[in-house]
Amino acid sequence: MVPLSWYLLLAAALFGIGLFGVLVRRNAVAILLGVELMLNAVNINLVSFWRYSDVLSMTGQVFAVIVFAVAAAEVSVGLALVISVYRRRNTVIADELDLLKW
Amino acid sequence: MTAQQIIFLIVALFTLGSALMVVTTRNLVHAALWLVSTLFGVAVVYALLNANFIAVVQVVVYIGAIAILFIFAVMLTRKDMRDSGPQMNKNWWLGALVAVFVFAGLAFLLQSWNGVSATAAALPSGFDAISLLGDALVSPDAYVLPFEVASVLLLAALVGAVYVAFNKK
Repeated sequence: MVPLSWYLLLAAALFGIGLFGVLVRRNAVAILLGVELMLNAVNINLVSFWRYSDVLSMTGQVFAVIVFAVAAAEVSVGLALVISVYRRRNTVIADELDLLKW
Repeated sequence: MTAQQIIFLIVALFTLGSALMVVTTRNLVHAALWLVSTLFGVAVVYALLNANFIAVVQVVVYIGAIAILFIFAVMLTRKDMRDSGPQMNKNWWLGALVAVFVFAGLAFLLQSWNGVSATAAALPSGFDAISLLGDALVSPDAYVLPFEVASVLLLAALVGAVYVAFNKK
């Protein structure tokens, strides 16, 4: 049987990779890809804690389902914003969206 | 080392390698396709954890809807789909440092917690995760309120996405 620590380390590594993508990529769509990786890491944690504690209380799976819904909402609004910005400014590079910068 | 551990290690390496390709590859369409393979690896992890319903929802919702939405967005913003110019910030090493520190901090916290080496108890006989999950989602004693709030959030996101992306002409 796989110990719990392996799942938690996998989730931590996935979270770190997603964080790297969010901090480093210049394209706004690529930043949202990084956010998706981080949300998946959180979901692995929730499901593995459900499996390794009381399986009859479904708290971990319920919150994983709610994270699915929140991720879908986040990505639809985020991509709509990116497309709207692309129409007005003709760019999706995060560095060039500096209208509010002094 | 049991067969399940070997399967877990293969799936974990596949998932992390695909995730690294998502954040480092230059072509964004390729990045979205690598995201599909990452999400599939995560679905296999859910299956290893006996969360069958979550694994199926991962394939249907994440791969079927969200990854395709990403590919649509990449194609709609196609001027930047070309590989011209750097894809990363000038100070990308700072981001890499922060990510490594976050991972090291999480690993340090995990090894100092005494529940980390727990092993899973065997599932009770006749265990039906899907009916338990359905009961928990609509039972007033459990999670009906977060479930309804998530529904309202999805509706608000639908209206907001249509409003923001609508082309007023």
